[in-house]
Amino acid sequence: MTRFLNGLLRLRRGPWEMLASILIALGVVMLMQPLFLWAYTWSFLVTLTGTVMFIVVSHFPE
Amino acid sequence: MTQTPIERAAAATPPAIVTRVKGISDRTLAWIFVAPTIFLLLAINIFPLIWTIRLSLTNYRANRTNAEVEWVGLRNYERILTDGDIWHSMQATAHFLIWTIVLQVLIGFTLAYLINKKFKGNDLWTTIIVLPMMLSPAVVGNFWTFLYQPQIGLFNYVVSFFSGVDPSSFSMIGSVNLAPWAIVIVDTWMWTPFVMLICLAGLRSIPDYIYEAAAIDRASPWRQFWTITVPMVLPFLMLAVLFRGIENFKMFDMVTLLTGGGPGSTTELTSITLKREAFEKWRTGYSSAYAIILFVTVFGLASIYVKALNKVKER
Repeated sequence: MTRFLNGLLRLRRGPWEMLASILIALGVVMLMQPLFLWAYTWSFLVTLTGTVMFIVVSHFPE
Repeated sequence: MTQTPIERAAAATPPAIVTRVKGISDRTLAWIFVAPTIFLLLAINIFPLIWTIRLSLTNYRANRTNAEVEWVGLRNYERILTDGDIWHSMQATAHFLIWTIVLQVLIGFTLAYLINKKFKGNDLWTTIIVLPMMLSPAVVGNFWTFLYQPQIGLFNYVVSFFSGVDPSSFSMIGSVNLAPWAIVIVDTWMWTPFVMLICLAGLRSIPDYIYEAAAIDRASPWRQFWTITVPMVLPFLMLAVLFRGIENFKMFDMVTLLTGGGPGSTTELTSITLKREAFEKWRTGYSSAYAIILFVTVFGLASIYVKALNKVKER
């Protein structure tokens, strides 16, 4: 966990890509879940944030 | 001084293109070769994407080209993301997505594990299992419609044979409860071989000496399976899951031919809803916003897919 947080602080690609992937996955789950309409409403914003983040952080150093 | 015919012909011939382009740098030459591809990419992919984003911010209707187009900002996105019907089609897609992936992974991995064991007729069985994957989704959709017919359908008779239920008492594609499972069964039948092939590639990439070393250490077959086979096949399995996930998220042809989204809107997957909004209700701006939402979702999943693929390559 400490390594992951250090990677985030030092702007390393691995942890940031992981974070972006988690956001994308969370967005997809929110989009398709049958329980909360508010989660469906915000799903696109979460997925979009994750996707844009993924594109940006893929240019970070290893 | 008189010239020979050959010399006259040579003098009249324009200089070869190689001679004329001699002054061009390697970089310019590279750009000249790449330019047609870039142009096609821009014309076929990038321009339609930008145009769709622009349309998604308007109330444009493709069947009323003369009507005034109003700039509506993010209102289309807001309406889609609060629309109960669209939410329902997302849930139908989720049901389809989750169950097809679960079944395809379980059956595909089991088949791959069995096929990986050396036995007589191994290659023949692989070919037979892979056959459904080679068929067109349109063909599959059509012939499963016949298989699901309550009066003449083979599927109903098989179910009847094993369960004793009257074959004409249920309709797989006509029932609200059974139709979502009908499309899951067909997709599983068609695409399990694909998952099986990927798992088989993973299983065959495991060197025998690892199992031999484990056997010398007295590891049981059960332990070998969980500590060698599963971890080494897992990246391949993950790849198959992501690939099928992205494909099934976009599923259109097979389900359209099988159920047409019905009964009601029970099997109306996102791509079918999108087609209805765009080409039946002609709400082009609205459907463009819907397409962008689906695009971002698939693009996000594809990014994870590429990352997973690179990890597999590094192994």
